[in-house]
Amino acid sequence: MRVIATMDRREFLGATGVLTGVLAAGSPLALFAPSRAWALDLKAIASAEGAVLLAASRTIAPHDRLDDAPYALVVQALDDNAMRDAAMLALLRQGVAGLGAGFATAAETERVQALAAIETTPFFKSVRATTLMTLYGSPLVYAYFGYEGEAFSKGGYLLRGFNDLRWLPEVPLADSGPVFGADSH
Amino acid sequence: MTSISHDDTNSMVIIGSGAGGGTLAHELTRRGIKVVLLEAGARQSLASFSQVPGEAFAQLTWLEPRTQSGTTTVVEDYPNLPSWTAKTVGGTTVHWTGAALRARPWEIRARTTYGTVDGASLIDWPVDYPELLHYYQIAERRMVVTRRNGNPGLPASSHFKVFHYGAKRLGYQQVHTGYMAINTRPADHRGMCIQQGFCVQGCKTGAKWSTLYTEIPRAEATGNLDLRAECRAVRIEHGADGLATAVVYRDPAGNEQRQRARVVCVACNAVETTRLLLLSESAKFPQGLANSNDQVGRHFCHHTGCFVWGVFDKPIDFWRGTTLAGVVLDETRHDPKRGFAGGYHLEMAALDLPSIALAGLPQTLWGRELGFVMEHYSSMAGIYVNGEDLPRSTNRITLNPDVKDPFGLPVANIHVDDHPNNDAMRRHGQQQGKALFEAAGAIKVLMSRQTPATHNMCAARMSRDPRDGVVNAHGQAHDVANLFVSDGSAMSTPSSANPTLTIVALALRQADYIERRMSARAI
Repeated sequence: MRVIATMDRREFLGATGVLTGVLAAGSPLALFAPSRAWALDLKAIASAEGAVLLAASRTIAPHDRLDDAPYALVVQALDDNAMRDAAMLALLRQGVAGLGAGFATAAETERVQALAAIETTPFFKSVRATTLMTLYGSPLVYAYFGYEGEAFSKGGYLLRGFNDLRWLPEVPLADSGPVFGADSH
Repeated sequence: MTSISHDDTNSMVIIGSGAGGGTLAHELTRRGIKVVLLEAGARQSLASFSQVPGEAFAQLTWLEPRTQSGTTTVVEDYPNLPSWTAKTVGGTTVHWTGAALRARPWEIRARTTYGTVDGASLIDWPVDYPELLHYYQIAERRMVVTRRNGNPGLPASSHFKVFHYGAKRLGYQQVHTGYMAINTRPADHRGMCIQQGFCVQGCKTGAKWSTLYTEIPRAEATGNLDLRAECRAVRIEHGADGLATAVVYRDPAGNEQRQRARVVCVACNAVETTRLLLLSESAKFPQGLANSNDQVGRHFCHHTGCFVWGVFDKPIDFWRGTTLAGVVLDETRHDPKRGFAGGYHLEMAALDLPSIALAGLPQTLWGRELGFVMEHYSSMAGIYVNGEDLPRSTNRITLNPDVKDPFGLPVANIHVDDHPNNDAMRRHGQQQGKALFEAAGAIKVLMSRQTPATHNMCAARMSRDPRDGVVNAHGQAHDVANLFVSDGSAMSTPSSANPTLTIVALALRQADYIERRMSARAI
């Protein structure tokens, strides 16, 4: 697993920064990671810049019971974009500088205020879009949101609860249809 | 595998292998006509469809640049994706939801039904409804549509139970699991729906009809089809008489090739169909092919597509089951008392976890409100308002000389100034969706703005009068007798129905016409 590498397997070659953390005890993410300690190399942006971007990402999509690790994936995605595109690196650098070094440790209300002031800028839009795509697109967080991902490999949900909602009445057959392969629904 | 010579002047060239091009290719090859089918995208299969949302999007989507302009909110909300179209063998039939809805009789007489609407360029279709209905019925049998021809409906998912309950409480009469080209049991040598979701990532059981695994392999089996995937048409050539003679394309290695043709059919989805016609300019046709009346690209229609999301406090798990779980048909009527012309479908829609955040929810949402909504992901329900867009002559696809594709050709620019009718319809539809969810117990309702169009239509529309459109009632170019438009571009107006069934019906009808004209040596 490249994204959440353990400390001892990490390669420092070429790194411009590093983000580190420890998964909370009992975190569902710990089930997937080889170690609770994680570290992420940055190849274009510096550690302090990474910390600001991580805080921005968490402010944009706050989930209190979610570890920092999936947010670090957002920073990694931004870092990858910056590696490929000098203009993106400049945009991120400038945006981070605008937020200031204190942003990473500021209270949430202050972070929200700072981001609200720039929410129409390309920097904010870029961090927001990358946050949504990477955070919610990571299979690591699916379980947190109850999402089950692909189900073809498990035979779909036809006989595994696609219609198991019980807090509303059943739909008359005329407006739906029979469940093929089941006695009734 | 059949190979047709580049110099063969007796074959047809069809560009695009989706609902229109793929269907037409099958219909003509099974009648003994040789067809070269050019497709810009790669050929996937049930096995190769990715089930990772982002990956699947990249696998099937046209990702080359396009630009956009106009007052539509899509310009601001989706700056890099003015339109969501497919680039793969099978085209949008790989990523469609399977909704096989008919345009309604009054909708194909939009000019007559709605009267004069300021700022709209409405026309009536040059096709009678009984004839269209005849082809709808053939299409529905071929695609095995639920609730038609004695086929049962799809069973109700948990998601649909919420929709049905709310809709009935609002007093809607026509609410059911839809007319869907999705097998509820094995049929047509295709698998059955296992309610796994992931319809738009490519259906891995083949339960959902797609030309990729129906029309195209059946056309290949006739021995008359030469499918060339990853081949990009860049220009249609013509002779001194103004008739089309060849299609120039780039092969998978990027080399230029020239395929001679007796007849050329363009079915690249409205944006690329328009672009190809405009790129085919010549000394004889300086404004582009089939464009002597300056109509190519005009009247571009999408649908008034926007989401309503209901957040509940009890589990729904809406990703379990078909992506489109049901429809309300009551609002498709034309009823000016609602404050707008035309009507809309309420379609129940689910999105996967990253897609709902990225594309489904309001693009301005972030912070604690976004966090709250996403933490309720398993207790959400969704409605897509699919309403009729009014054509405007200034809503137009053109070439943008400032932005080039990898071959150095100008990309398409999509200009859309929303008609006020669309705003009124969206507001009405979203209010109805909100009321529906609240009637079912929603604790919060959110509404998106217009989403990027997957339903691109009318940019080379059928018209009785050549001054009003690009093609005649059979999709034949007014200017060029052996050039046809075979996709949603040819629709005269968009109706409130998802376009695939109509595109298939028109392709079936066009195949009959082309065969007759070829037999008569008229083309």
